[in-house]
Amino acid sequence: MMHASIDLILAQGMLGLNNGVFYAMLSLGLAIIFGLLNVINFAHGALYMVGAFVALICYSYLGAWLGLAGFHIDFWAALIVVPLVVGCFGIVIERTLLRWLYRFDPIYSLLLTFGIALVLQGLFSNFFNMSGTPYPGQPAALRGIVDLGFMIFPKYRLFVIVFSIVVCAGTWLFVERTRLGSYLRAAAENPDLVKAFGVNVPRMVTLTFAFGTALAGLAGVLAAPIYSVSPVVVIGGMGSIMGAIVSGLALGLIEGVTKVVYAPASNTVIFVLMAIVLLVRPSGLFGRAGE
Amino acid sequence: MTPSSDAQAAAKPSMLSLRDLNAYYGESHVLLGIELDLHDGEVATLLGRNGAGRSTTLKAVLGLVDRRSGSVKIRGQETIDMPAHRIAPLGKLGYCPEERGIFAALTTEENLLLPPVLAEGGMSLDDIYEMFPNLLELRRSMGTRLSGGEQQMLAMARILRTGARLLLLDEITEGLAPVIVKRLGRVIRQLKERGFTILLVEQNFHFAATLADRHYVVEHGKVIDQIEAGSLEQNRDRLNRYLSV
Amino acid sequence: MSVTENAVDHMSSPSAGEGPVEKPAGGGRRGGRGITDKGMNRFFWILLIVLGLTAPAYMYPVFAMQLMCFALFAAALNLLLGYTGLLSFGHAALFGGAAYITGHVVKVWGFPPLPGILAGTLFAVALGYVMGALAIRRRGIYFTMITLALAQLVYFLALQLPFTGGENGLQDIPRGHLFGFIDLNQPLAMYYTVFAIFMIGFLIIYRAVHSPFGQVLLAIRENEARALSLGYDVSRFKLMAFVLSAGLAGLAGSTKAIVFQFASLTDAHWQTSGEVVLMTLLGGMGTIFGPIVGAVTVVALQHDLASAGSWVQVIIGGIFIVCVLVFRRGIVGELLRLVRRG
Repeated sequence: MMHASIDLILAQGMLGLNNGVFYAMLSLGLAIIFGLLNVINFAHGALYMVGAFVALICYSYLGAWLGLAGFHIDFWAALIVVPLVVGCFGIVIERTLLRWLYRFDPIYSLLLTFGIALVLQGLFSNFFNMSGTPYPGQPAALRGIVDLGFMIFPKYRLFVIVFSIVVCAGTWLFVERTRLGSYLRAAAENPDLVKAFGVNVPRMVTLTFAFGTALAGLAGVLAAPIYSVSPVVVIGGMGSIMGAIVSGLALGLIEGVTKVVYAPASNTVIFVLMAIVLLVRPSGLFGRAGE
Repeated sequence: MTPSSDAQAAAKPSMLSLRDLNAYYGESHVLLGIELDLHDGEVATLLGRNGAGRSTTLKAVLGLVDRRSGSVKIRGQETIDMPAHRIAPLGKLGYCPEERGIFAALTTEENLLLPPVLAEGGMSLDDIYEMFPNLLELRRSMGTRLSGGEQQMLAMARILRTGARLLLLDEITEGLAPVIVKRLGRVIRQLKERGFTILLVEQNFHFAATLADRHYVVEHGKVIDQIEAGSLEQNRDRLNRYLSV
Repeated sequence: MSVTENAVDHMSSPSAGEGPVEKPAGGGRRGGRGITDKGMNRFFWILLIVLGLTAPAYMYPVFAMQLMCFALFAAALNLLLGYTGLLSFGHAALFGGAAYITGHVVKVWGFPPLPGILAGTLFAVALGYVMGALAIRRRGIYFTMITLALAQLVYFLALQLPFTGGENGLQDIPRGHLFGFIDLNQPLAMYYTVFAIFMIGFLIIYRAVHSPFGQVLLAIRENEARALSLGYDVSRFKLMAFVLSAGLAGLAGSTKAIVFQFASLTDAHWQTSGEVVLMTLLGGMGTIFGPIVGAVTVVALQHDLASAGSWVQVIIGGIFIVCVLVFRRGIVGELLRLVRRG
């Protein structure tokens, strides 16, 4: 009897984890951007959607566009290509649009990213099927299921969980433990002084924004084989993802996460707790049920 | 400038030369034409009342104001159009801001290692810990755990590591106990002997008087007077008037 | 302190250092041709009243009524955003929530339209009080995110609660009879009722802005710290502004429910919150008549582009981006600047 309930809890946990890692990766990207730029990137969900679409295009349409029949960028390559593409897009956004608004009230930056989100959503809704296009590129190595003992779990989803945790942990390590990371943390606190030391803060800002958006794009690639790629579902999901992230952030966790991303090692515990909270949060809380 | 110091100055290269320096924060016109000269190895202070524009002058040299115009020549090179992050490496500048700027999210050692090395000849980490032994003890403590005096030492130590030779120091004795002020004075004197060029903003006139070659009096965003170290006694009355609240 | 805060007070006017917004007190500045602010105001008022009264002659009454509902909605938001300097991204909760309440009161409980609208408005006032009280604890961007989060909560409730009709919304809301004998199913009768409601709401905003209360709000927007040091209970004023703004947004939503005879999830969606912010921004934050101009523009655009499908979103998004980058003063704001330069 007891054995069964533990199994059940673990099973629920795994499913929650599956959704949760996407929240975590998106939250991380948002928090990094907010930490250094003081900008709430409303376009984050849209960039997640763009990531999924770029993956889809890479696989299904790129060959046709380039006139090379049968050419496609497969899933594994997409894991690198897509974040790069989305990251470059982020660089363009930061350099050409966002940069002009830093000296004004942050609400303007928020409104700008909101506008970008609308544009992206509208564009992709125009060119792609609203009800979703499946992503056919799930690699053969990750098909099928694996027996975890307490439940059977799709191989791909397990991969997503492990991969995401590695990426999040790697990011955290980078920020907390490397020299470049210390520049980031310092610039978040006092950008003028860091500039006065001779560090190219504007370039750091651009790259940080790009990195945050790349994380969103990466989440999009990972999501593509699981959820069919659609402007609507993902954007409807954007409502709920934004809702979850935004609510979590707004209710004071924004400080927690930002402090966590930039705070000393002793706050590791908070990060772990935060990640757990995000992971276990029911997915249907702020949006359509059954997302 | 008296003829004798003219001759002296001519011998040493110009480290910092400000002409008609204007600076703005948003719509506020804060500096209305600052002029001063600092030669290699000289120590000068900016005296004046609060709000006169002394700290802003340092910030304007570093390019940290919203807008600036005029001429800022560092080692003879014009830097008025340069972005802030290019000025420090070019001019081998070291800056201690008024608030000390110790990063809360970093440990003492991380704070120390943060500013990138600008030139050779900077103190090594070991040398620094020898000069400031209490920083060695505190190296794993977070920046905010340090006392005011310790933070000031850290702020000074970290720019000494970079190899900077032109130091801009803003109110380093503010709020510190006399014992620590004395220590700071010793440090500054040592730096002067080693040939550093230093521009000090100081409210504590006694501290400044013993160290500086020249005093600039700043009021309402302009340099209104200049007093050589040698002629302090003769100008005591004038000085008192400038500095009275 | 982060990269994006500058030396100028972080809480100051959205168009920090950029030029004046309309001065509320009468008299004020003179433009080159001797046009005073008071003169401009008078001109706009007359234009508004004349256009409002004659609209049914050259516009579909339903369209005109839609314009007025959103104009009131935007004007209500502007009270908070343009005059107090607080960006709420959750006003759709008030608009949509009031619509649902009014719909329910009128359709299910059988009340006449006016009490129904009153019920919706009172609901918005109450909800606004709660939202405001929670959000005002934080400043700047955190305030905005809390309003968004709370609005999401309301949206979620609107989705799940049985009485709202979920995805289908609340339909077939009867228009009823005003005062018992004016049949609101007659387009003209409905139109002039809405016009009256709009004018009342707008007048309340106008009076609030041009009162000592309005002056305090402006002071808070310009420099909150200074307002505090002058002895003003800044939190209380912010809350009052929020509640007033909420109530009027609710009034707009309630009226809209009666006019269109349904309340839907879209009314409470955060995208609606965004659109009303755009209306305010485009028309001119911190100007009295700006939100009206903005609302008319955006609603008209949406109508004209209705056949273009998703391109509407792209265009609206594009306008947002352009506005935020180069057109922060908005239409009326730029107009005022031109006139003042003379």
